[in-house]
Amino acid sequence: MREILLQIDGKEVKAREGMTVLEAARSAGISIPTLCHHEKLEPYGGCRICIVEVEVRGGTQIVVSCVYPVEQNLVVRTRSEKIDRIRKMILELLLAHAPDAFALQDLAKEYGADKDRFEKEASFCIHCGLCVRYCAEVKKKNAVGFVDRGTRREISFIPEIASKECWNCKECFPLCPTEALQAAFVLTKALYSPPHPGPEPRG
Amino acid sequence: MENERIDQIIDKHQSEASSLIQVLLEIQSENHWLPKEALERVSEKLQVPLTRVQHIVTFYKAFSLVPKGRHEIHICVGTACHVRGATRVLDNVQDLLGIKSGETDLDLKFSLETVNCVGCCALGPVMDVDGKIYGNMAPSKTADVIKNYE
Repeated sequence: MREILLQIDGKEVKAREGMTVLEAARSAGISIPTLCHHEKLEPYGGCRICIVEVEVRGGTQIVVSCVYPVEQNLVVRTRSEKIDRIRKMILELLLAHAPDAFALQDLAKEYGADKDRFEKEASFCIHCGLCVRYCAEVKKKNAVGFVDRGTRREISFIPEIASKECWNCKECFPLCPTEALQAAFVLTKALYSPPHPGPEPRG
Repeated sequence: MENERIDQIIDKHQSEASSLIQVLLEIQSENHWLPKEALERVSEKLQVPLTRVQHIVTFYKAFSLVPKGRHEIHICVGTACHVRGATRVLDNVQDLLGIKSGETDLDLKFSLETVNCVGCCALGPVMDVDGKIYGNMAPSKTADVIKNYE
């Protein structure tokens, strides 16, 4: 595996070919905030909070560090006025959906994001896809997925699969940055009546 | 729709997971909607998770998860048709069928939908029944068109 040298925030960082900028930065102890990233899952690039500035061919570009592969002699800046401004905006938009999410509030404090800037559209889900991807990629059960699109997109459990698989797993619960997932699960449970009368799930 | 017919359609596409949308489109066009059992069958046969199937059928407007009528009426309410009186045509059809746009009548004969342009603005106001275009519509003409369909 070829070694790649790049510069992140003025620091020389060694990375392996195929690593993403985010992985390289984290391996060098440079922190980049993320919401949709998880070590066990494929990069997704959904939340956009991990954007960084890179210098390529003489110009600067804003790229998503969790999906951007490292390049030789790449110059990366993880904090700049522009980056902070964009992250603040992203946070404010996400906060319109999930104003009380702790993960968002912590970041909001750091970037000075105002949770009341945009009118609340409290869906509580920020579409990070962690639950959906974890269930598909790690557990391979596909009990939860996205439905619909655009502003109406939301997560939805498949009751028939969830009633069999989720009770003893629930590993996606702690992944959710906003707790919308738990709400979706409780809702599915409340609405679901098994086709044949069987033993009630314990709990 | 019977399972055998669904299986036939799936076999036609060699049970390829990549043909998922084609399979769903064919079921949709024959059955006019996608019942849950059909989705489960397709998911099982093509080895595609049901969440994925569900994601796709809710994503595209071509798919319907609720029963649709045998005939689909589209009334264009795009700009050109609108200024030529599409709203009055729409009102008239709604009165005739007793359903609003986006609904299906009880005997599953007609589904009514508004669209934003069918690409023949010179013919406006345009009404389209099962893909057949009726141009220069007027409220007085809609009944004549609709009575041709059983």
